[in-house]
Amino acid sequence: MSIVKDAAEAAKGLAQAVTKKAIEVAPDGWVPGGTPDPLIRNQHGHVGKPVSRIDGPLKVQGAARFAAEFTLYGMTYASVLFSTITKGRIATLDTADAEAAPGVVLVMTYRNAPRMRPMPAFGSNRMAAGGDDLPVMQDDRVHWNGQPVALVLADTQEQADHAKSLIRIGYEAEAATTSFEAAKADGTEPGQFQGDPLQVTIGDAETVLASAAFKVDETYRTPRHSHAAIEPHAATVMWDGDMLVVHDATQAVTHTAWSLAHMFGIEQDKVRVTSPYVGGGFGSKTLWQHQVLGAAAAKLADRPVRIVLSREGVFRIVGGRSLTEQRFAIGAEKDGCFTAMIHTGTTIMTPHSAMPEPFIVATRSGYAADSFKMEVRVARIDMVANTFMRAPGEAVGTFAMECAIDELADRMGIDPIELRIKNEPEKDPTVGTPFSSRNIVEAYRAGAERFGWARRQPPGARREGEWLVGLGCATGTYPYYRMPGGVARISIGRDGHACASVAAHEMGMGTATAHTQVVAERLGLPLDQVTVEYGDSRLPGLFLAGGSQQSAAIGAAIIAAHRALVVELLKLAGNDSPLAGLKPEEVGGLDGGLAKLDEPARWESYASILARAQRAELSVEAAAPAPIENQHWSMHSYSALFCEARVNAVTGEVRIARFLGSFDCGRILNAKTAASQFRGGIIMGLGLALTEETAFDERTGRVMSASLAEYHIPAHLDVPAIDVMWTNIPDPHTPMGARGIGEIGITGTGAAVANAIYNATGRRIRDLPITLDKLLSAGIG
Amino acid sequence: MRFVINDTDIETDIDPRTSLLDLLREQIGLTGTKKGCNQGACGACTVLVDGERILSCLALAVQYEGRQVTTVEGLADQAGLHPLQKAFIEHDGFQCGYCTPGQLCSAIGMAAELQRGLPSHVTGDLSAMAIRATREELAERMSGNLCRCGAHNGIIDAIDEVFGERRGQQGYDAEMPEKVA
Amino acid sequence: MTPFSFARATDADDALRLASARGGRYLGGGTNLVDLMRETIERPTALIDVTGLSSTIGERDDGGLLIGAAVRNTAVAEHAAVRARYPALARAILSGASGQIRNMATVGGNILQRTRCAYFYDNAGSRCNKRNPGEGCDAIEGFNRMHAILGASPSCVATHPSDMCVALAAFDATAHLLGADGERRLPLTELHHLPNGRPDDETLLKPGELITAVELPAERWFARSTYRKVRDRASYAFALISVAAALKIDGDRISDVRLALGGVAHKPWRAHKAEAALRGAPATAEHFRDAARAELAGAVPLSHNGFKIELAERTIVAVLQELAGEIA
Repeated sequence: MSIVKDAAEAAKGLAQAVTKKAIEVAPDGWVPGGTPDPLIRNQHGHVGKPVSRIDGPLKVQGAARFAAEFTLYGMTYASVLFSTITKGRIATLDTADAEAAPGVVLVMTYRNAPRMRPMPAFGSNRMAAGGDDLPVMQDDRVHWNGQPVALVLADTQEQADHAKSLIRIGYEAEAATTSFEAAKADGTEPGQFQGDPLQVTIGDAETVLASAAFKVDETYRTPRHSHAAIEPHAATVMWDGDMLVVHDATQAVTHTAWSLAHMFGIEQDKVRVTSPYVGGGFGSKTLWQHQVLGAAAAKLADRPVRIVLSREGVFRIVGGRSLTEQRFAIGAEKDGCFTAMIHTGTTIMTPHSAMPEPFIVATRSGYAADSFKMEVRVARIDMVANTFMRAPGEAVGTFAMECAIDELADRMGIDPIELRIKNEPEKDPTVGTPFSSRNIVEAYRAGAERFGWARRQPPGARREGEWLVGLGCATGTYPYYRMPGGVARISIGRDGHACASVAAHEMGMGTATAHTQVVAERLGLPLDQVTVEYGDSRLPGLFLAGGSQQSAAIGAAIIAAHRALVVELLKLAGNDSPLAGLKPEEVGGLDGGLAKLDEPARWESYASILARAQRAELSVEAAAPAPIENQHWSMHSYSALFCEARVNAVTGEVRIARFLGSFDCGRILNAKTAASQFRGGIIMGLGLALTEETAFDERTGRVMSASLAEYHIPAHLDVPAIDVMWTNIPDPHTPMGARGIGEIGITGTGAAVANAIYNATGRRIRDLPITLDKLLSAGIG
Repeated sequence: MRFVINDTDIETDIDPRTSLLDLLREQIGLTGTKKGCNQGACGACTVLVDGERILSCLALAVQYEGRQVTTVEGLADQAGLHPLQKAFIEHDGFQCGYCTPGQLCSAIGMAAELQRGLPSHVTGDLSAMAIRATREELAERMSGNLCRCGAHNGIIDAIDEVFGERRGQQGYDAEMPEKVA
Repeated sequence: MTPFSFARATDADDALRLASARGGRYLGGGTNLVDLMRETIERPTALIDVTGLSSTIGERDDGGLLIGAAVRNTAVAEHAAVRARYPALARAILSGASGQIRNMATVGGNILQRTRCAYFYDNAGSRCNKRNPGEGCDAIEGFNRMHAILGASPSCVATHPSDMCVALAAFDATAHLLGADGERRLPLTELHHLPNGRPDDETLLKPGELITAVELPAERWFARSTYRKVRDRASYAFALISVAAALKIDGDRISDVRLALGGVAHKPWRAHKAEAALRGAPATAEHFRDAARAELAGAVPLSHNGFKIELAERTIVAVLQELAGEIA
């Protein structure tokens, strides 16, 4: 069991003790039938060290250039007008005053916008990046309250914004469905997520529950959430002849390039999308209408366009997490063993999106039970298309599951950690596959020890002045995925410098830094001899910075490219090399060259191999194998979360005094950036627990919290010092032994907070966010 | 109209509607200062004017004619990064980096406020001559700078090291550079 | 933002002169007006920068304070006399907005800031009698969790968002005004209107009239005062409820009291009924509660803000207990 501090200290020591172990070139052993990635065995290299972000110096000097910061000659500024009705048509349109306003280059509406195909919605093609499948400013139809209906281009932003205010639009409104109750009354349908039905039936859970010795059966509600990345969505767009260049803020450069090409009816290689830095994404930085409108306006005006959504604009045209209403029921024997687990409920989505918030996904592999019943049903509502937001499904599903377990433990008089451990499954409880690596019990034991869980008192027992104090815990979990399409290029030059190129993304997860470490270690190079190139659709591969899978996807592609590189290097080395006659699997990267694994003296530097072959550079590209590991194992990251909540007995205000996350996420690639990912997820979870709710006016279908003053994300004073620790047990079935870490932090956090509040007050709030009015209504103090 | 930005005189024509933020980003090309909300709700646009932290998105540029404006681009000097910039890197006080310039400028302005004894919402004794730079004080005073990646701990650690009670303990030069002191 | 002309006033008379020549609006730190102009809720054709007006805090012979309208909020909270003699004012200011905004915002601007009602702000998509008199109010039946429980009208349920003004109302502050007809003084509690039928008409200021200063009376016992703000986030959020109070106790009886509430009404709400109930009463939790209830008896909850009645009561009691404890 290692912890951050230990890891940091160990790394300091190891940095001095130069280790000389070659990293072998293994076949894809981590996939079924093989052996684990050899990198896992190497514990003394770059991987795991708390290396500071390589883009840190740029970011602290304001020199990292974001999407809205590219300057193009003759650039114009866009301002977007949003609809004020939910459904209907544009009846009258008067743009004359706007067109006549100073500095205006163009007013674009459905009447003059270039013809384009509708947005390709996520999942409709492996490269589709759209939030919905609607046409973009192609007709007079309005589909949601806030839909773009006109765009002004002007020489300055001030001119564009003013001209926009002069546009007059008359609407013919039609009946729309804007309330949850009305949508449910219209009928619900079974949800499907990524092609799979969101439904599990094993045994007769209802009957088993009815006769269970102990049970809970409660309804939990979670509201709409907004990603609220601090960088608003933006793009700087130009047409260079028939070539479209989009400097974007996206977590899907290649998907976006393909999707734009599809919409404009041009070849994919005629669209270049860059995204060197992204000011926070969390699932929101994909393709929405603004990039399309920017490209369309640039084409129409024949000038470059900068389009930066106002903060209101982000709330109006970029979807967030949808609301859920979840029933969670557990039946248990007297000894605590679960006999029935029921997780059903309803979420809402639009008629044009394909993303039902899949709140049962974590339940499918959470606990052992005799019988299961799970289902997500979907009601349709007229609103901006909801979308993926950090841990879609798990973030809100674990709130229900982990609160329900806490409630059951309370009723049974069992410690909630022991109740969880009692029901720890030996294999995936609903699919039956073995777990690739699951060490949740170890994570709980270590976390409980460090947090001081044993000092927990009965509900409502601890008071310090006005403050009621309580401890709570919960499990977090997020699956390991690896999406197909990963391709990497590795180039190595005679100067010994290597460059790995992937069309991947750095949104602050630490991807560029962690993979610099990984590539350097595989090649046997120092960190400053390695560059990782990313954020450009011209680079190889199809990568999505989503699903916490980008690191696995990059890692697998790098393994393949590295093997291809070594094959080529051995060919180039020829008979005059100390490596002569060796097979790829007999050699590995060491000290700036290749060496025989069991005879490191047989070594030649990359520079020497290239020089003898009279090559300035060697560049290879290779694709990752299909991600079949997910079919053979049940693969997930885990966390044991501990929270100390303080609730003011007078006002109901909640403050989180302490928080600890004990994680089991395979091998940690960078102790520093990983700790930040964990903390970041937890902090977003504190917002989910306590303050965040996108206000949607069910009368009008209009978002009424379209500002960061209304939508409350945690501020500095809301955030305690958050302790994180991890098992660091490598997963033998993943590249580098690592599993994703970007989303797990938010999972379970809502429940850990709610459970701590229950312990503090004796009051159970099942409706997020837990604002003070709900605690006052529940009768605290 | 004349502006003094990072010790450099800038002459430019200006639309009275232009914010100090847009002047910096769109007219002068200093894009280090960020636009997060453009309505005073996030702090990403924080700059220093005559050493005081303000929100450049709510500042009409015409109101700041002739004033000394310091942006994130002006924090480092010939000797290298400002100690706080180094501490942000060391403590991982950012992820995406978008709120970072505002956090840095805000922290430097905040440190000066603290040093001269300005109390805060969480200060117990309003009449105290000196205020301890506890983590709670730092967190309250930095609460006008939102961060969505969740780098709060690293940000406060970095500020604590350079300006807080632990000032100077990690080997950083604790003196504030002249230009922003 | 609608185009406008910009001029900087050198003093109050100059400001008035510019205003009479051009019309338009006075601009302080811009933290509210610039935002509202960007939203096109405010569309002045001329701005007169009044940040060059008096920015000093003067101690008056009688022991009161005269705070220039252009004094930045930070400077008020930082001033030694304010901290020592009017702590509720320092605390109120320090609990508002953020450090950056307090450095920009002026005293005059703070007083004249407008509501944060989301329907008021949604210029394009919602009805608001404050923006467009007579068109209706979408807040009354909508998201009204932040809205008024006291003094609201069928035309408007918005609240005044200032923290500073709550403390000023409690302290019987007086606004010094300068207009075409010369100088006049107005108690801060009278400066703002309740919405009644015309929520767009927010203050008693006449067209072109300028706030030049705020005067705090000399009452030594105001040193026993505090401000408590309850909000959804630990910091950087508007008040759900706030309470400014000063308490004077002789023996075991309350000899005098000032109490004002924020987050409850269209204006900073001076709790006269509670004060009347407290004067002469024993300083006990029971009497504090009775007084709070007397004030809140007339409260009218909306669909989502009923909790404010209990929250206000609890907060008033806690604040008075804190002050009573401090004195004891």
